[in-house]
Amino acid sequence: MLLVPCPWCGPRDEVEFAYGGQAGIAYPADPDALSDADWADYLFMRDNPKGPFPERWYHTYGCRRWFDLVRDTARSEFVEEG
Amino acid sequence: MRRLDTGGAVDRGAPLRFTFEGREHQGLAGDTLASALLANGLGGGFRSPVLGRPRGVMAAGPEEPCAFVELSAPWFDLIAPATMVPLVDGLAATSRDGLGRLPAPDRPARPGRHRHVHVETLVVGAGIAGLRAAREAAGRGDRVLLVDERPWLGGMARSSETVDGRPAWEWVEAAAAELRGAADVTVLRDAAALGVYDAGYVVVHERGGGVERLWHVRAGRVVLATGAHERPIAFAGNDRPGVMLSGAVLTYLDRFGVLPAERALVFTTNDAGYDAARALRSAGARVLAVADVRREAAAQDQARADGFEVLAGTVVAATEGRAVVDAAVLAGPDGARSRLEVDLVAVSGGWNPVTQLHRAIGGGLRYAADRGCFVPDGGPAWITLAGAAAGEVPAAEPCWYVPADDYAEHFVDLQRDQTVADVADALGAGLRSVEHVKRATFIGTAVDQGRASGTLAAEIVNQLLGTDPGAQGPSGARPPWAPAAYHLVAGPFGGDLFDPVRETPMHPAHVRRGAVFEDVGQWRRPWYFPRDGESMRDAVLRECAAVRTGVGIIDATTLGKIEVVGPDAAVFLDRMYSNAMSTLRVGRIRYGLMLGLDGMVFDDGVAMRLAEDRYLVSTTTGAAARVLDRFEEWLQTEWPHLRVYCTSVTEQWAAVAVAGPRSRELLRAVGTDLDVSREALPFMAWRDGEVAGVPARLARVSFSGELAFEVHVAGWHGLAVWEALLAAGEPFGVTPYGTETMHVLRAEKGFVMVGQDTDGTVTADDLGMSWIVNLRKGDFVGRRSLTRSDLVRPDRKQLVGLLPVDPGTLLPDGAQLVAAEHADAHTPVPMLGHVTSSYESATLGRTFALALLAGGRERLGETVFARAPAVGVDAGIAATVTEPIFYDPEGLRRDA
Repeated sequence: MLLVPCPWCGPRDEVEFAYGGQAGIAYPADPDALSDADWADYLFMRDNPKGPFPERWYHTYGCRRWFDLVRDTARSEFVEEG
Repeated sequence: MRRLDTGGAVDRGAPLRFTFEGREHQGLAGDTLASALLANGLGGGFRSPVLGRPRGVMAAGPEEPCAFVELSAPWFDLIAPATMVPLVDGLAATSRDGLGRLPAPDRPARPGRHRHVHVETLVVGAGIAGLRAAREAAGRGDRVLLVDERPWLGGMARSSETVDGRPAWEWVEAAAAELRGAADVTVLRDAAALGVYDAGYVVVHERGGGVERLWHVRAGRVVLATGAHERPIAFAGNDRPGVMLSGAVLTYLDRFGVLPAERALVFTTNDAGYDAARALRSAGARVLAVADVRREAAAQDQARADGFEVLAGTVVAATEGRAVVDAAVLAGPDGARSRLEVDLVAVSGGWNPVTQLHRAIGGGLRYAADRGCFVPDGGPAWITLAGAAAGEVPAAEPCWYVPADDYAEHFVDLQRDQTVADVADALGAGLRSVEHVKRATFIGTAVDQGRASGTLAAEIVNQLLGTDPGAQGPSGARPPWAPAAYHLVAGPFGGDLFDPVRETPMHPAHVRRGAVFEDVGQWRRPWYFPRDGESMRDAVLRECAAVRTGVGIIDATTLGKIEVVGPDAAVFLDRMYSNAMSTLRVGRIRYGLMLGLDGMVFDDGVAMRLAEDRYLVSTTTGAAARVLDRFEEWLQTEWPHLRVYCTSVTEQWAAVAVAGPRSRELLRAVGTDLDVSREALPFMAWRDGEVAGVPARLARVSFSGELAFEVHVAGWHGLAVWEALLAAGEPFGVTPYGTETMHVLRAEKGFVMVGQDTDGTVTADDLGMSWIVNLRKGDFVGRRSLTRSDLVRPDRKQLVGLLPVDPGTLLPDGAQLVAAEHADAHTPVPMLGHVTSSYESATLGRTFALALLAGGRERLGETVFARAPAVGVDAGIAATVTEPIFYDPEGLRRDA
């Protein structure tokens, strides 16, 4: 079980959190301007790197704040930066 | 086999009684069950699981592959290696061949407790290396937890060794005393680390001293000082009782004062075998020979000088004996055979560092040719390996199996009864990977998890394939390291603590009234209220009729309630719902639908505008937390500039829905200062006032299609208001009703239930609810997806009604719909859709259903057939496709 460094609460057990997938995927400014393929890309396609990966986490059973972290997926450890 | 007069860490003045297979025996304080069995000549009292061959105690630790027992006293334990069971007075054990029995009322499990601790340093293994590491950490001021799965501290240290110039056992005692005396240091015996997980999270199973406890440890640093296990060698009859690992022989002599043999043969690949030979001789046994696979070694010369018969370059080819070993056949360097009458073959194939915990968290392995074993490599930076676990084991000459013409009795995995012949068969079938061989033979998958057989199996594969030793390592390691029962993992979290039960303030009244409950999410809701002896069917028909013709009340407290507050609340809700909420006037209510980003129906509910900057939105009972989380996600991650705050108020408000043509009368009877006339309080409007003498919010909403009101009061008034409504309604025959009646009534009206009639693949249009999707108001979550090609297919499954041709037949929920030509055809057949809701209707006097049907709106009037083989409905039930609304299609009754 990961120890998630919540920026508001400090390190807490993973069970307190919800995983939010890849970070940095902004909601498109004008969805209507996107082709079906581009919209599907936004909707469904995410990176799956071996190594540093920016992720969103939500402290569901804590401060209830969303935040981003970088996790090394090969080592399953949070790291300072991607 | 016998107990020696002196020696060992047992207390000869403290005899303990125990029973094995129903017969009473005597052991000593300090024994394990295995050492006590050996002292009583019972070491061979086991059988193998598959072939039923006699088996005996082979090891002295957790790697034991044969001697498994069930305990019935002093507590029940479904399966444990006898080598790991500390003897206590009155202990009762029976042999188990590798399949345990679950706890039962007549053999209850010990309650499992859980404990959570944080330490800077966790040390796993309290041998010399582990004790050193713990002392070092304690000296730094760390909080330290030191655990060892054995009943004693000191691991494999022998009484004759010295550590730091002191006798080893004295050193161990001093180190343990020092640690126990230190602040923030905990030392546990009988405590196995089951798994090491991310970020220093370690689960430890403590089972000694009458305690069954699971420790959840978060450690900054983990030291694995887990030692090494001796490796067996595969030869014919290597499973016969009397074949033991040489280190185990030494442990039984040294620690327990038990001599397991009178006439011994040692079979070794390394110097450790000579320690066993010497110990056996000094305890009074005859050591007939030491068969050493090495052609020459310094230890051989020394042993010869000490008077041992050393047979260099010699292997044990086979054992002989009916049940137990009474002879061994040796094969010399020239192939010459000889036979020795012995009752013990002490085997040492070398030593495997115990790295399973490390490997399961990403540690690798490297082959060390000099030691004939795999040593740890890499792994997380917060783990350190120490001592034998780190690879500090004696040099050994590789010897995995002894060549023979027939390998059918060269056992590799004694728990699975798998031999070198079975491995060869798997390779003969074309398998090459150790992982595949494991799955074909089940080697390493039994209760001992291949602790003794893993490396051996891998090296036999290497040798049979003609690849180098170490070319493939043992198959992957996974937690748990030692068997752990589910009841332990569940711990105290069973029964009432399994999952929180949420009850509304009115719950005591429902219980008094004899309600039958159903679980909706974590909520316990009245399902129906049977009167004396009434069946569910009769109760629901009666409740439905009461609402349609008189008045009923239902506890609606469980609906999720969220206050959405702030200057941008209206803008925000416009983006969250498919319809506009900004145009809702204060004092009014609007039904709303939420879509997922993928355009699928996510949840529904109503929104009340309480003030310009304040809404109260409701959610379905099971989705309250999901909806609030979704609001927070969008507010925090996409629109942090919106000034909106969301607060769950589900438990702050109790709610009662009052439904039926006489609901207005009931409200007047119970007393309210509000004008509840149609003109003053129209459909989809709310007012604040008093109901039944307490402050209340009264809302005109209807999920039944009847004239209906929702009464919201502070939670603590909920019970009183519920009782007041029932009392005031007695003259009208007010009827409390449950969720089943609510479901029937809404289905008669064609109102969908999200999660019942939808499953995450259903759009508003599929439900015939395009009217609630406002494409002109601007962007909202899910809008862009609505024009994806898959969402505009004409043959999508659409919500329809179904009327079974036989009005008395109920379609099974979830039944698949098929065409006429497939009504009775052998499955599989094309499926056109499925039944989502199916009920018997008091109002219609017949059964009916809602269904999702491909191209359903084009099929009105057609006949489809419902099949549900899983519940015995294999021949299709004919049903006519209708509009999904069965009652009051004009919607006149809500304003009656």
